Parts: sequence; C-alpha cells; structure tokens
Amino acid sequence: MDSQTLTAILFVAVVLVTVGITFWASRQNAGTADFYAGGRSFSGFQNGMAISGDYMSAASFLGISGAIALSGYDGFLYSIGFLVAWLIALLLVAELLRNSGRYTMADQLAYRMRQRPVRTAAATSTVVVSIFYLLAQMVGAGALVALLLGVTDPAIKAWTIVGVGLLMVFYVTVGGMKGTTWVQIVKAVLLMAGTILITILVLAKFHFNISELLGAAADKTGKGEAFLQPGLKYGLTTTSKIDFLSLGLALVLGTAGLPHILIRFYTVPTAKAARTSVMWAIGLIGAFYLMTLALGFGAAALLDTGPESKVVASGGNLASPLLAEAVGGGDGSTGGAVLLALISAVAFATILAVVAGLTLTSASSVAHDLYATVVKSGQATEKDEVKVARVAAFVIGGIAIALAIPAQKLNIAFLVALAFAVAASANLPSIVYNMFWRRFNTRGATWAIYGGLVSCVVLVFFSPVVSGLGVNPTTGASLSLFPADVDFHWFPLQNPGIVSIPLGFFFGWLGTVTSQEPAAEERYTELEVRAFTGAGAEQATHH
Amino acid sequence: MADTRHVAAHEQAHEKAQRHDPVYDRLHATQEFQELKRRYVGFVVPATIAFLAWYLLYVVMSNWAHDFMSQQVVGHINVALVFGVLQFVTTFLIAWLYGRHMADKVDPLARQLEAEYAKEVGR
Repeated sequence: MDSQTLTAILFVAVVLVTVGITFWASRQNAGTADFYAGGRSFSGFQNGMAISGDYMSAASFLGISGAIALSGYDGFLYSIGFLVAWLIALLLVAELLRNSGRYTMADQLAYRMRQRPVRTAAATSTVVVSIFYLLAQMVGAGALVALLLGVTDPAIKAWTIVGVGLLMVFYVTVGGMKGTTWVQIVKAVLLMAGTILITILVLAKFHFNISELLGAAADKTGKGEAFLQPGLKYGLTTTSKIDFLSLGLALVLGTAGLPHILIRFYTVPTAKAARTSVMWAIGLIGAFYLMTLALGFGAAALLDTGPESKVVASGGNLASPLLAEAVGGGDGSTGGAVLLALISAVAFATILAVVAGLTLTSASSVAHDLYATVVKSGQATEKDEVKVARVAAFVIGGIAIALAIPAQKLNIAFLVALAFAVAASANLPSIVYNMFWRRFNTRGATWAIYGGLVSCVVLVFFSPVVSGLGVNPTTGASLSLFPADVDFHWFPLQNPGIVSIPLGFFFGWLGTVTSQEPAAEERYTELEVRAFTGAGAEQATHH
Repeated sequence: MADTRHVAAHEQAHEKAQRHDPVYDRLHATQEFQELKRRYVGFVVPATIAFLAWYLLYVVMSNWAHDFMSQQVVGHINVALVFGVLQFVTTFLIAWLYGRHMADKVDPLARQLEAEYAKEVGR
C-alpha cells in the first residue's frame, strides 16, 4: 500500500473518531452552560490539553518547523513570542476572566458597563478575529490536504474546504463546547505523540547530540553558521527589523486577547482550575515548540531544501511530513510511508480542532452577545439562545467556505498575524483596563475595541501585504494580496502591532477620560471582589 | 428625542435592577481583601514587567546585536540559541512561581472571603 492510500485511510479514521466523540458528547447539551462552556466541568489538565489543541494550529505545526528548515534560526523566533504570550494569559487574564464572565469575551465588560454598546463592540471584534483566523486555516487546509494526498486538481482543494467546513459546523452544532473540547484534546494527544516520535527519531540520527544536528543542518543547507544565527530572514533591512519587532509585540500581547482562547477559561469549575489549565498549556506548548527546533533543523539536515525541492515548493509546509518519511526509512520504504501518513493525519486533526474552536467562538458571541442581549434585551430563553447559536454556526461556516474558496488563489498568509494584531490592539486593552482600572467605562471600552480594530485593518490594508510587495522570483505569483501591478501601500510595515497596539490603549484611555459613568465605577467594586475571590462566580452545572 | 430618552431610562432601569448586592462592598472593605489584592499585584506587576522586558531584550538583540548573538558557546550552539531556550526556561519558571505564590499566599484569603460571601448570601 502506498503512503497516499494510507494517508487517506487515516484521514477517514480521524473523521470517524471525531464524529463519534461528538455524538457521544452531544448527550448532555441541554442549556447554554453546556453548549457554550461544556457545563464548566472539565478538569484543569483536560482544559490544558484542549487549550494546546485549540492554539497549536497547522501554522505552528507545519509552518514553524518549515520556517526553521528554510530560514534557520529566524524560524524559531516565532515560537518564543507564541510561548511567552501565555504568561500574560496566566498572570493577568485567565482567572479573573473565569470569575467575572460567563460565556464570551464580552461578558466581563458587560458586567459593569452598558450592555448593548460593549457587547456589540466585543462581538464585532470576536467575529472579525475569528473569521480572519478561520479563513487562513481553511485555505491552508485545502492546500495541505491536497499536498498530503498528492492531488493537484483545484476542484479537490475546493471540496476539501467544503468538507472541513461541514465537519466543523457538525462538531459545533452537535457537540457544542463539550464535543469541540474533546476533539481538541484528541488532537493535542495525537500532535504531541507524533512530534515526540519524530523528534526522538531525528535526534537518534545525530546520537542525541544537538550540536551535531545543528552542524549537519548548517552544512547541508550550504549556508554555514549563518543558518544558526538570527538575521537570515528578518535582518535584511531596518524596515524588516522593525517589522519583526512589531510582529513580536503582536504575538506576545495577542494570545491573551484571542476570543477562542478566552472562552476556554470558562470550561473549568473554578479560577484555580483555569490557572492549572494554563500552566499545563504552557508546559505542553513549550515542549512542543522546543521539539519544532529538532524537526526544523532535522529537516534542514536530512532533506533537500534547495530551490527546486518539494520543501521549498510547499513554502516549508511539507518539511515535517517529509522529515517523517525520511526518518522512517525514506521514500519507498514501509516505515517511511507509515510515518508520512501518520504525520499527515496529525496535521489534518490539527486543522479540524482549530477550526471547530473558532466556529464555536463566533457562534457563541453572535447568539449570546448579539441575539440574546442586543436583539432580545436579555429576554431570550436558553433554548432559543442555543438554537440561534447553532444557526449562527451554520451561517459562519457557510461564510467561511464561501470566502475561503476564492481566497485560495490569493496570498492570505498575513491573516493569522493580523488576527493576533487585532487581538492585541482591540481586545487586550479593553480586558486589561476593565480588570485593573476603576475609572474605565463604556465609551473607553468601545473606543479601545473599535479604535484598535480599525487601526489594524486600515494599516494592513495600506501595507505591503495587501499591495506592492512584488512577485515571487520562482513562481511569479504576487507576494501581496492584490496582483503585482497594483500598488497603493503607504504603511511600510507588514505587521501593524507596533502602531495599532499603542493606539488601542490610547483610544481606551481617551474614551474613558472624556466621559463619566458612575455606574461602571461603582460596579467595579463588585467586579473586583468577584474576579479576585470567585464570590458569586458561575458554578459548574451538575447532571 | 422622546424615543432616545425612553431608551436611556430603560437602560438605567436595567442597570438599577442588576445592581447590587451590598455584600460586595463589605467584602471589598475588609482587610483580607485589601491584603489579597496587595499580594496579587505585588507578584504580578513586577513579574509582568520583568518577562516583557526580558522578551523584548531578546527580540531587540536578535535584530540588532547580531555579532553578540552569533558567538559560539559549545560546538555549533551559539548565544542566540541559548538565549532563545532561556526564554522557555524563564517562562516555565515564572509560571511555576506564580502558581506557588497564588496557592500559598492568595488562595487561602480568596477561600475565606468566598466563604463569607456564601454565608451572607445564604442567610
């Protein structure tokens, strides 16, 4: 049996297992607490696994090891921002949010502010961030599945996107938070197991000597010691250096503002369990990123990464799967075929878990923030709210499919970085101000969210990622979103964070000091007691 | 005009209704709560400043201190790699210290205040 048949069989197995889990989890999906927060009954360890499964996208699994394989040390820079960011989530956000919110990011703002404006703003930002992220994942899924199955037919890529879209809608509508969480836990187990296996096999080739591995990578790529030093990718010009600083800021400050991460803190019974879950997540995510070093440098040392190679043609995304094949015995060997298929299936499971989390997040926000509060003024029944959330999941899935299919032809790699930038510029300022600044109020919150969101989107629209980056010298494709002959960019950086994050904080401050809202200040007392002690916080449901 | 005034009044009533159990004011005024906040802030603020500064130092050095970062420490392992791995070590360490600090110094106070709340509300 060849590797592609085996890969296809394992893909089907992943689908069957996750669908089975979803049906099993759907038995208890009666009320809103079940649907949005899995009954708040996951343990800290389970939620830590699910957080890792939610967070480690195909972009980190395949993208970072691929970036290391191609750009050496600079590929590793991403992982560090992605990890350190969790300290913000742990120290400043997770526990306080768990105690003061119920289901969505908006809840903790709405706790002391005027419901309608803050929920509308927070829901807008939630849906925008989630759709950006979702789009990047789904386009990636189409390309990746085609790559892993070895097909080039564009129709198959489009059908893959439709299939992934339907699956995520299924997980969310049938399984709710419980089903989604278990899909993420299974994915985290598969991802960690696969990564550990390949890491050990790679290190064994170099007698478990890191220096030997690095030396081999430096030699094989022909770039020498420069391959192991910073600067190969970002160190070219002052602009690219500032751009990297800007990206670094968005990564470290964005994670704790990603709505699909925030709602995971509601799935545990107490703030202490939220803390434990983030600590587990830090351990798992950190271990994973350390292993991507072995994968990336291993791919550079063992695979062909020359200009004509498959690794380069895939933009680095095939580095890990091909590395698995190589350490399993190489092309044509049974071991190689099995490991290639295994790692491909892990990548597929990774995509499914992340898109499910994103769909649930936006559907929850539409139902809980927009429908239940803004439309129905808090008069909706739980049953109606859950029904609307399910419909919203269908609509969001449909929108994501409809946008992702035409977006396949475009270069949308910037969307993930943009999602992080919006999370850091719009969401984090409002969350931090709300928790730590008594004076903060409705106008401050809405200005921070809309101000951060609009600054990000406008700066990116006029940045080189949308127009004016030129063409890829090997493929001739435009490096920007628009065709290469269109150029209207004036913002020099590809990453807006260094400007938009301060702007988000500034607008939040400005909105606050230009308005008076005694009720918000008064209720801060209650918010503070509740956030720090858990007094009156939402309880787990008991069945 | 009349319409907007009506909405505003409605919203105000909405807020009045939600507000506000005076038990929170009493808990907020206790010495225990002020002590809890002091202990939380006393750890979190310096730690956040420290890890953000440490991380930014790493990013800035990677960008602008190429020669320093490229020095070899052992074999092919250079300063940049050691610095990067140290970021992992400090992240693990701060997470662990935070967990210990909260469990030892903050959780007991939080439990005590929550129990007082439960008692007052239950009454």
